[in-house]
Order: sequence, then structure tokens, then C-alpha cells
Amino acid sequence: MIHAAFLIPILPLAGFAILFPLGRRLGNPLAGWIATAMVTASFVVTVIVFVALFQHAPAHREFTQSWFTWFGVGRLRVGAGLLVDPLSMTMAAFITGVSSLIHLYSIGYMRHDEQFPKFFTYLNLFVFAMLMLVLADNFVLSFFGWEGVGVCSYFLIAFWFERDDAASAGKKAMIFNRIGDAGFLLALFLIFERTGSFEYTTVFARLGHVGTPSLVAIALLLFLGAVGKSAQIPLFPWLADAMTGPTPVSALIHAATMVTAGVYLMCRINPILHLAPDAAHVIAWVGAVTAFVGATSACAQNDIKKVLAYSTVSQLGYMMLAAGSGAYVAAIFLMLTHAFYKALLFLGSGSVIHAMEEDQDIKNMGGLAKLMPITGITFLIGWFSIAGVPPFSGFWSKGDVLENAWAVTPALWVIGAVSAFLTAYYMGREYFLVFMGERRWTEGRQVAGVHDHGSAAHDGLHPHDPSWHMSLPLVVLATLAALGGFINLPFHPNFVFLERWLDPVVGANLLTTHFSVGQQWLFAVVDAAIALTGVAVAATVWRATAERPALEPRFLFMAWFIDRGEDRLVARTSTALANFTATVVESRVIDGAVNGVASLTRWSGERLRRVQSGYVRNYALGLVAGLVVLVAYVLVRAGS
Amino acid sequence: MNVSAAGQLLTTGITSSQQAFPFLTALVLLPAGAAILVMLLPRRSRWAIRAAGMAASLGVLGIAAAVLDQFQAGFGGYQMVSEHPWIAPLGISWTLGVDGISLFLVLMTAVLFPVALAGATAKENPKSFTVWVLLLEAGCLGSFLSIDLLVFFLFFEATLVPVYFIIAGWGHERRGYAATKFFIYTFAASAFMLVGILALVSIHQGQTGVTTFDIRRLASTHLSGTAEVVLFLSFTAAFAVKAPVFPFHTWSPDAYGESPAAGSVLLAGVMAKLGTYGIIRFDLGLFPHAVVVLAPLLLTLGVVGIIYGGIVAAVQRDLKRLVAFSSLAHLGFIVVGLFALTGESLSGAVLQMVNHGIYTAALFLLIAMIYRRRGTFAIPKLRGLQSSAPVLAAVFTVVMLASIGVPGLNGFVGEFLILSGTFLTHRWWAVVATGGVVVAAAYFLWAYQRVFHGRADNAAAEEPFAEMTWREGLVMAPLVLLIVALGVYPQPVLERITPSVDAVVLHVEQAAHPTIPLAGQPVEAVLARAERPTVATHPFAAARLDVSSTTPRRGDATSANQRKGAAS
Repeated sequence: MIHAAFLIPILPLAGFAILFPLGRRLGNPLAGWIATAMVTASFVVTVIVFVALFQHAPAHREFTQSWFTWFGVGRLRVGAGLLVDPLSMTMAAFITGVSSLIHLYSIGYMRHDEQFPKFFTYLNLFVFAMLMLVLADNFVLSFFGWEGVGVCSYFLIAFWFERDDAASAGKKAMIFNRIGDAGFLLALFLIFERTGSFEYTTVFARLGHVGTPSLVAIALLLFLGAVGKSAQIPLFPWLADAMTGPTPVSALIHAATMVTAGVYLMCRINPILHLAPDAAHVIAWVGAVTAFVGATSACAQNDIKKVLAYSTVSQLGYMMLAAGSGAYVAAIFLMLTHAFYKALLFLGSGSVIHAMEEDQDIKNMGGLAKLMPITGITFLIGWFSIAGVPPFSGFWSKGDVLENAWAVTPALWVIGAVSAFLTAYYMGREYFLVFMGERRWTEGRQVAGVHDHGSAAHDGLHPHDPSWHMSLPLVVLATLAALGGFINLPFHPNFVFLERWLDPVVGANLLTTHFSVGQQWLFAVVDAAIALTGVAVAATVWRATAERPALEPRFLFMAWFIDRGEDRLVARTSTALANFTATVVESRVIDGAVNGVASLTRWSGERLRRVQSGYVRNYALGLVAGLVVLVAYVLVRAGS
Repeated sequence: MNVSAAGQLLTTGITSSQQAFPFLTALVLLPAGAAILVMLLPRRSRWAIRAAGMAASLGVLGIAAAVLDQFQAGFGGYQMVSEHPWIAPLGISWTLGVDGISLFLVLMTAVLFPVALAGATAKENPKSFTVWVLLLEAGCLGSFLSIDLLVFFLFFEATLVPVYFIIAGWGHERRGYAATKFFIYTFAASAFMLVGILALVSIHQGQTGVTTFDIRRLASTHLSGTAEVVLFLSFTAAFAVKAPVFPFHTWSPDAYGESPAAGSVLLAGVMAKLGTYGIIRFDLGLFPHAVVVLAPLLLTLGVVGIIYGGIVAAVQRDLKRLVAFSSLAHLGFIVVGLFALTGESLSGAVLQMVNHGIYTAALFLLIAMIYRRRGTFAIPKLRGLQSSAPVLAAVFTVVMLASIGVPGLNGFVGEFLILSGTFLTHRWWAVVATGGVVVAAAYFLWAYQRVFHGRADNAAAEEPFAEMTWREGLVMAPLVLLIVALGVYPQPVLERITPSVDAVVLHVEQAAHPTIPLAGQPVEAVLARAERPTVATHPFAAARLDVSSTTPRRGDATSANQRKGAAS
């Protein structure tokens, strides 16, 4: 059944191919149902292939499926084909699974949007690109998916393109990603120069012949791509801006799937990172710092989605920390559980935003838990999961990351642990400000302003739980977020299911930790204590009040001024430079020289001949004179 | 088939099986003849004029398709050669041939002319317009197909006249200035090439006693180092202005900007390729040693063009000028690919000539549609077009993404091959050029945002921005289809380009490494040598073209391996 793998990406592509020309005719909600059906079918196929793969012996869980030669010249061959192995199938399974749920949710969420069919067209295209990224059997085809998800992300961030902030955010995301992509491209060229191939298996088999400096360069260039895509320092500001996109997009693309592509890439190239420990250290440290900066910034945001955005930055930092530590299983483990609880939190926030008639300011909310019980309870589960409260999934996955970080150097653990405390705290702050405390809004208040996707309820503000399309994904994701940790339990080698599953891909290059069971328990207790402290602090501080300016300093609200700094330093200087180039260098210097020569010729022509012929003839005279000299010179030289 | 030297592969080609029908001659004569026919039509029968123009250009497309069908893949030399002595005492002959390098440029030309006629024909005086366009098509096709240097030059120059009149006759406000600047600049540059041609022929005559303009023979001329460099520069002057290559580009924003839509489409889509085609056909074919010597200079100009074009494009307020500078950047990529002198980069460059022709033509047609509705190219005067014209916006988006080089669309494959090939021989140039990928995204997305995003300001305009019509969609359809098809499956095209490119690379390498013994070897062995060492013998060594080194390649590869061994 493994050869059915080609259907996994093709089904969402088929959905796109149907919706692109016919979407508007199919309309609302049929277009949404078709898109959802395609992605769900893809999920079913993934499960079948997954099971088929599982039935093979661990050493034989690697299959390639060649489709055709995409392009090739001489020795350079780029094929279109799939690599089916435990890592790619794990990715495919959670991508299609989470996508199915978010597609379903979107049918409810986008119900009143005029561009409903277009939304699902983009969404299906995105899922196709994302699946190509993770299933490709070579670097270039992965790059195809990599750029493809970037383009879809651009479309979807700028989905409400009439809003200037959405349009700018889309453009910004694409440009930031492109900076990373330039690094990815250079890595590809270097890989080809050094190994003569782009195929993962071939490249990895030939690493022995590649010098360490080249390996470090390749790893860091690919990491530059990952920094852009996975919103690491310094290329993360686009992710906060990307929240202008519809909330299901934030959940799917900017939390669960696309932004984790960089982490996937780092796990995929584990044989390279293993041979380039210097690069791995850089990755771990960038990840740790990103985790800290993201977590601190999330503490001071007032937009319900921006808290989650910076939280995502922070969590992606953890994943990079794990990948850089050589703890690839922990990275994937956190990626999976994060996909569950962060998608849940985003979808929950979308439900809140709907209920609040598009108001996203958590300072204007409060007391919603009683009015929206499903949203409230699932959000609570999401909070506990991300906070790392045992036995929710985040406890296990983040614990795994921290344990491995300690094995590399305790300093990384300290940064990670501080960020873990902050994580429990900022999500608690959000939970209390949104769902608990007093209502800082008025029942039945008429909402002013434009509804970008025209919510139907115009009889004022009456928060309530959403329709089943939206509730069902919340419940499923909450279940996964609560129980997802059990796929990789510590303490006993028989329980580390995920580690044993991924072993054929990453096992050889995995960081080996030598913690006794007692030490593992100690880590677990410390993690739990950190999480519970964060929860307790949040409860104490934010249960009763929404105003604590001292805890929301401006430099955290501005995310350490990194965005503004980059804007001032890079964006504005380059615009100024471009203006200077266009007005001075181009017009005055280069074109000035051309027109100068023209004037000079005209002037001397008039002086010399004093005829009133057209310019062309005068030019011809000058030219002929020059040519005669040139011919003479060439002939003399050639003759000698 | 045995050849004494690999160079002959390039220079002799085969005068392949006698064609029953002279396809190539027909390609050139059909549009020229049609132009004469249209001239005879009465001025008032606009319908007949249009139909004749359209029929002729579609006929050319049909013949070009037949040429593609007849073309033998896997063979690098000229095919379907038709040779007729013309001015025998001077050795000038009507010699046309097609190989993998010119094949797809011919096809692209054959596609773009009917598209331009259908999508951007002139309302005023369609008769002269059609005549000029058809003459231009004949000139372009003749240039791509000529093997005789003088015939090439005549066609190459002949293209100037129609374009001059198209710009001057149907252009925008500053058309007079733009047309004159274009004409004089390119004409002056061509004069250098004419001198070069005459000098080369006379040197060849001095050595062999034969007067000929046939490039297959001229390629074997022995030139002193200086003479070769001077001749190379004289040819390159013409090509660099025509393409244009930085810093000889300043005519192009004016010419592209002021010319009518069809003029921009054909100038940027087809005529720019005359310059880059000339470089690969004549510079690389006739002056390989000078090419190797001066490659760093040209590579630098190409790379500067990429970055410079992108930067200047970013701050343009006029859509057409923006595309003009974006074109400069894209041609920079092509120039880099040509002078990196690897099979990958050259094949990529040839493919990219075709790609660039398609998406640039599409961009100019789309811009013309905007102009038709709003009467302006000024970016600040446009806003929010996507809400009232989503289909037009979608098509624009696809074309823009192709131009930015998003994989899956046609721009990517060419750029990728160019850069990865260049990286092998000229790493740091490739690194800087890759930066152009970021710049391209920045200026295009910014322009798109200002023109299409935001809330439409319909109060300012008399009527809402109209959606793309069926007719316009029909014109765009073939271009969009090609953009997708060449992005997803360019391999059939590359398979036909590569053998001819390999022959060129081999020819240039021989000039750089004259000591490689080749005599008496079968073609297969010669061609095998043209590729980089196979994995089996030399695992991962990248070949480098090194002028100073006269060591055979095998030694290079071994030492490279040793260096790497030391590094690791």
C-alpha cells in the first residue's frame, strides 16, 4: 500500500485544481466541503501508508517513489519523487490531520466571507505545497514546497487585501522568507558542488567526502532558510504581523505546519548537523534566545492573537534548541504536541474573536468562560498543555527538550526553564483576561466599524459558543493536546514510541543522554514545579485585574524593538539607497554619460561640418572615423 | 561518425538530410512576404489587414511547430540547414540552420508575435503597424537562424527600423526622444560589430585564401590574443547594448516605457534575446579564448545588473519602467549564465531567454490592459484593482511569481540552473547574484501591493475598473500555460538545448585547454569529456575553467580531491 503515497499530496492538489476554476460557481459552503473532503481523504491515505510502513521491519522503512525528471542538465538532475520514511510520514500524518480539522473549522469561521471559495482554494494549495515539502525525496523539490507554502502564506496573510495592514503583512512575510530562501538556495548550490546530487539519501551517503567547513556552511545556510521560515531571531517580526490573516490561517500555517518546516528541515539534515557540531551549537543557541525573546514579548501583548504569535515564536525556538542539541525526536515531539495545543489555542481565539465581533483586545474581554463553555474549557486545556502542567502533552514534550538541553550545557537549560515559566505565565494572563474576571464589555453593545468578513449577527454583542463546525475541531484538538504526550513517555525504553519509530531516520545521530531514571524523575518534578509556579503566578496577578502596567513594559510590547530596529536600519536605508541610485546614479551618471556623448558628438559635428543635417548623419561621421582607426589597428595587429 | 576535433562538432554540424520543404527559409520569408501583401491592401480594409497579419504570424507559428517536430533531439549541431550562395565573390550565402540554442528562441518568437498582434494591436493606422510588426518578425527570425555572419548582421540591423517606427509612430508622450535614443544607441554599437565582422573575415581570408562569412568556417580562424580580445569587444558592444547589459541599458527604460504595448512586448520579449543569443552564438563560438579571459568582467557586469536593476526597479513610479529595470536584472542572470561557461549555467541561460521572453511579454500585456482602463502607468495613481478585477489580478500574480522565480513556474528552473552552474566556476558571483532573488521579491511585491491591494478609489475614476475580457484572457492563456508548463516539466526543452550547449562548452574549454588531445576520438568520448568527471571516477570534484592552467582536466580533478581531503 506504500505506493499509494503519491495520493497524499495529489488529493489536495486536485482540490485546488477543482476549486481554482470552479470555486465561485460551487460557492459557499460546497467549495469548503470539497476542500475539506480532499484533505481528509489525504489524511486517510496517509494513515493507510503509515500503517503499511509500520508493518515493515524498522530497517526497511524507507521507500522512494520517482515520478519524473523535473529538470536535468549533464550531471545535475532534479527528480520529482517522494521519500516515504518514518519522519516524512509522521509529518504528513499530523499535517493532513490538523489540516482536516482546520478546514472543517473554516467552513464555520469563514461562513460570512465573500471570498469563501477563494479561501479554500488557497488552503488546499497550501496543504499540497506543505506535503511536497515534507515528502520530497530531494532538496530542490523540498524547496519547491518551501517556496510554495511561502507563497500561499503570502496569499492568505493578505487575504483581506483591502486592508492596508494585511497587504503589508503579506508582503513582509514573503520578503523575510525570501531572505532565508536565498540561504537555502546557496546551500543547494554548495550541496551540489560537494556531493553531485540533491537527493537526500545520496547526499547523506556522500557526506564522508565533504570537508567539515563545507558541512558547517551547508548547515548554516539551510538554517538561514529555517530562520526565515520558522521565525527565529532576527527574522521573526513577520510572524507577529502575519496575524492579520484569518484566524484559521494563523492556526494552520503560522502555528501548526508551515512555520515548523524549518524544524523539519533541521531534523531531515541530521546527518549533516551530526558532522557539523559548530553549526548545531549556533542553531541551539539561536533557538534558546528566540524562545526567551518570544516568551518575554508574549507577556506584554494585548491582542489575543499576538500573544499566541509570540508564543509560537518562542515554541519554535524550543524546537530549534532541540534540533541544535541533537535531540531530533524531542524536536519532532514538541512540534507534534505544539501543533495540537497551538492550533487549539488559535482556533479558540478565533471563536472568541467571532463572539466579540472582531474585537481582538484582551483588555476588552473577560468573563467569557461561562458564556462559551466549550471554548473556555478547551482553551484551558490548551493553556495547561503549553504551560507544561502534567500530564498534559506539553509537559512531556517540553520536558524532553529541556532534558536534552541540559545534556548539552546547563546554560541552555536555564534559558529554556525561565522561558517555560514565562510560557505558563503569559498564557495564564491571556486565559484570565479573556475568560475569567469581570466583563469589560457590554452585553448587546452595537459594534462599530467594518466587518471584514461581514459577521451576520448585527443585533449587538452576545458571546456564545460557535457552531459545530468550529466546536468539533476544538474538542478533538483538546483531546489530542491533553493526551498527545503519551506517544513518547520517558522512564522506560518501551514507552518511547516516537523515538523508536523515528529511529531509522535520526537514531544514528541522536544526542545520547545518560540520565538515570531517578534523574529523569527529578527533571520531571522540576518541570512540573516550574509550570505550576507559572500558573499560580498568573492566577494571582491577573485573576482580579486587567491593569498592571508595570508587568507590561513597552520594550516587551514592542518585542525588544527588534522589528523597529530592522525597519530603521535595513528597510529605510535601502529605500534611501534605492532612491539615490535611481535619481543620481542612473539618471545623472550613467544616462548622463550617454546623453553627454550624444551632445558632444552633436556639438562637434556642428562645429566641424556646420551642416544642418539630422543627428544620425553626424553620428555616422564620428563612427566612421572611429571605425577606420579600429579596423586599421586590428589589421595591423593581426598581420604582425 | 569520427571527428578530428571536437570543435568541428560545433562548427561543421551536419547538413542533415535534404529537407523536402525549406522550413527555415519559409520561416523568414513568410512574414516578409505577408508584409508586402499587407502593403498592397487598401488602407481602409482594417479587418483584412488584421486577418492577414494574424494569419501570417500564426502560419509562422505552424512552421515553427513543424521545425520542432522535425528537430532531432540529442544532436548538438545545426539541423535543417539550407544553403544558397548569394553574393558568391564575397562568400556571402543565404545559410540558415537551427540548433538547440536557437530552436526555442524561434518558437518563442513565433508565439509572441501573434500574441502581440492579438493583444496589443494599434487602433490608428493598423496597416503600417502590421507591416512593421511582420517585418520585425522576419528580422528576428532571420537573426536567430542565420549561420552566415553578414546575413545575420543584416537581419540584426534590419530589426531596428521597424522598432524605430513602431515606437515613433504609436508610442506615448516622449516617443520621439525614446525612438531616436534607441536607434542611435543600438545602431552605433552595431557599427563596432560590422567592423569586427569585416576584420575577422579578412583575417580568415589572409590565412586560408577563402572569403566566407560562414561562422562554421570562421570559427577555425587563428587569432592572436589581442586581436581576439578586440574582435570580441567589438561584437560584444553590439550585443551588450541590444540585450541590454549594465551599464549600456539606459535606452531601454525609455524605449520600453514610451513604446506602444506591442513594441514593449517585442522589444523585451524577443529583441533583447538577439543580444544574449549573439553572445552565445558568436562570442562564444568565434572568440572562445577571449571569452575565457574576459569572463570575469562580463560576469561582474551581469551581477551588477542584477542588483542594480532590482534596486532601481524598486523606486520606479511607472509600471513599464519598473519592468524595464526588472528586465535588466533578469538579463543580468542570463549574462552570468553565459559567461560562467558551464553546461548547467549555459543551458539555464538559454532556457531563461525563453522564460524571460514569455513572462515579460505577459507583464507588458497586463500593464497594457491596466493602461487601457485607467490611462496611466503611474503606480501612485492606481490602487485596489484586485477587488474589481480578481481574474486580472490572479493572472498578474502568476506572471509576477514566475518572474520572481518561484519554483513550479518557469522562471525558477532557468535561474536555478544558471546559479548552480555559476556556483561551480565563479562562486562569489553566484553568491551575490542569489541576493537578486530577494531584491526581486521586494520590488515586485511592493509594486503589486500598491497597484492591486488596498481599497479601490473608485471616486477618482469615472467607472469601476473592468475585469479581464474573454478576448484578453484568450491572449494571456497561451502565455500562462507556457509559464506553468515550463515550470513543471521543462525537461523536453532542456534535452534539446543541452547537446548544442555542450558543444559550445567543449569548444570554449578546448580554447582554454589546448593541450587536451582529442584527435581521432569518437564523438561519444569527446562529449563524455565535456561533462564533468563522472561520479565513478572522480567522486565529487567540480571542474573549473582555469585560463592559466593547461593541465588536462583529469589532473585538476585529482588535485581538487586532494585539497578537499586535506580540508576534512
